[in-house]
Amino acid sequence: MANTPLTLPEKVWRDHVVVPGKESDGQRSPDLLYIDLHLVHEVTSPQAFEGLRLAGRPVRRPDLTIATEDHNTPTLEIDKPIADPISRKQVDTLRANAEEFGVRIHSLGDADQGIVHVVGPQLGLTQPGMTVVCGDSHTSTHGAFGALAMGIGTSEVEHVLATQTLPLKPFKTMAITVNGSLRPGVSSKDIILAVIAEIGTGGGQGYVLEYRGSAIEELSMDARMTICNMSIEAGARAGMIAPDATTYEFIKGRPHAPQGEDWDAAIEYWDSLRTDDGAVFDAEVILDADTLDPFVTWGTNPGQGVSLNGAVPAPTDFTDDVARESAERALTYMDLQPGTRMKDIRVDTVFLGSCTNSRMEDLRAAAEIIAGRDKDPDVRMIVVPGSAKVRLQAEAEGLDKIFKEFGAEWRFAGCSMCLGMNPDQLAPGERCASTSNRNFEGRQGKGGRTHLVSPVVAAATAIRGTLSAPADILVPA
Amino acid sequence: MEPITTHTGVGVPLKQSNVDTDQIIPAVYLKRITKTGFEDALFSSWRKNPDFVLNQPVYKHGSVLVAGSDFGTGSSREHAVWALKDYGFRAVISSRFADIFYGNSAKQGLLAAKVAQPDVELIWKELENNPGTEITVDLVNRTVRCGSVDTTFEIDNYTRWRLLEGLDDISLTLREESSVEAFEATRPGFKPKTLPAKV
Repeated sequence: MANTPLTLPEKVWRDHVVVPGKESDGQRSPDLLYIDLHLVHEVTSPQAFEGLRLAGRPVRRPDLTIATEDHNTPTLEIDKPIADPISRKQVDTLRANAEEFGVRIHSLGDADQGIVHVVGPQLGLTQPGMTVVCGDSHTSTHGAFGALAMGIGTSEVEHVLATQTLPLKPFKTMAITVNGSLRPGVSSKDIILAVIAEIGTGGGQGYVLEYRGSAIEELSMDARMTICNMSIEAGARAGMIAPDATTYEFIKGRPHAPQGEDWDAAIEYWDSLRTDDGAVFDAEVILDADTLDPFVTWGTNPGQGVSLNGAVPAPTDFTDDVARESAERALTYMDLQPGTRMKDIRVDTVFLGSCTNSRMEDLRAAAEIIAGRDKDPDVRMIVVPGSAKVRLQAEAEGLDKIFKEFGAEWRFAGCSMCLGMNPDQLAPGERCASTSNRNFEGRQGKGGRTHLVSPVVAAATAIRGTLSAPADILVPA
Repeated sequence: MEPITTHTGVGVPLKQSNVDTDQIIPAVYLKRITKTGFEDALFSSWRKNPDFVLNQPVYKHGSVLVAGSDFGTGSSREHAVWALKDYGFRAVISSRFADIFYGNSAKQGLLAAKVAQPDVELIWKELENNPGTEITVDLVNRTVRCGSVDTTFEIDNYTRWRLLEGLDDISLTLREESSVEAFEATRPGFKPKTLPAKV
């Protein structure tokens, strides 16, 4: 029925169906969806390009495809050849594939190189109502613009390269409504960590999440991207936020933003995408931003988080057998005792970066806290901007000086220590407060222990050496 | 892709929930540009522990992994599926799979069978009591048999059909070329293009 009220995800889906699925035995085969933008990086694409080559297929729409180098690139001495020969070969392979198949690429050293999920929005290529895919689970980041954006595997990368479409089974929809307003020192990272702690790492499976409510509407685009970025950590392939004036303001004037009449037509369409009054979500979770504290993880999956004012839980706190066993294992790996106050936990390293928190707002917020203060001498801090352009902008604002005077390392752009593919890794047993997205065992380096935090908590922690909130710093001595 | 109808092989109990893709294959192994040769990478960190299940001789040649809930969470790396297959696994049983992992498995002909958690626990018990017991995963009838346990698994019709036929998605989609062209003709002009590059 034409007049059925629809949600934002349903509208974007509807507008991209090339061939609808067919019903049989009460089940529906996947819809074939058109893909508006395909982002490519060096790690999940080589086997896809090889598949095309073997089948003699071209890239169907190089003009809807863009590549950059991020996962496997160094963040020091980027003007020299990549030291690790296997990493170098992978990056060289991407460059050769881009040339062979006519795909635009932003390589190390280029002003538009950077984490793929920072680069897309930065160029204005990510826009509302689009379908965006990439061989990376954090593609959900782009949902902050009201795009339906999701991570795909390498077979799907090849499929999109060859056909510009993807067969997908329709998702259910879940509203994540965040009422009220965030208090000072609490940020969008804390919202998403609290959401994941609430619904669990599998709670969003099969759903597209739509984040809504006053606390979401008040967020900047950088902050919205942080939330949508971590939808996958709740098991949801995509998370979206309705486009509004904040979205349009961000896009306007960017290199690939619509111009003139196109801009007006785009706005009219984008305005029509918001969830209709009366549209029904398959599930809803409600959160109150007014009472939210900074959040931090204690365990080895992103759902194992607590308020920074809380303590390490005991496995016996969990009634569910699976959760209890998981907590026991996590506490052993993390070397934590139940009942330890989170703020008493000492860290060795602070990592500010990743597609979750490496944009200008993240760097500015952290710099504001550390400016004029001293770093705990036993803590190392690494700051990795999300893109070469973010790095340049930060330097134009003098943020690099603040970080360096503080004693932090100021690096070149890339995924870096978020996943430890390049030399930026934790040593066994090393404990890190990280603004990234995954605290899995060994994620940041074999035996490394990760606590996920917001940029301002990361900054405060670097000053005090123990997990800390900005308020712990700002209190007069 | 090789068609699958049924598989029988030694069941390997992995009694752990939330087995994420960083455990299945750590990122350091993702630098390779091939699609095969990942057997050494599978669970590489856990395999350093002599007590890990795959280090017990009876499970060394296991081919049906029986894991806790939320298997394959985290990254989109299809390398996780390649590593499982390269090691010799043909099927994974869990009560719940992460969406991207589940999709990747179907593309590569790794049978991901959703079995209710109480039945997963019965299978674990069976394997504990009789290590080395074989499990039969029957895609035609959607059943799992392990010793005295005989149960069903959930899989959607479309994925089952593709696996039974060994169909390649790209060839299927290329049959729809005229629909794709017709769709492209209706795309609004304001949608962005990456080329020519603007910076």
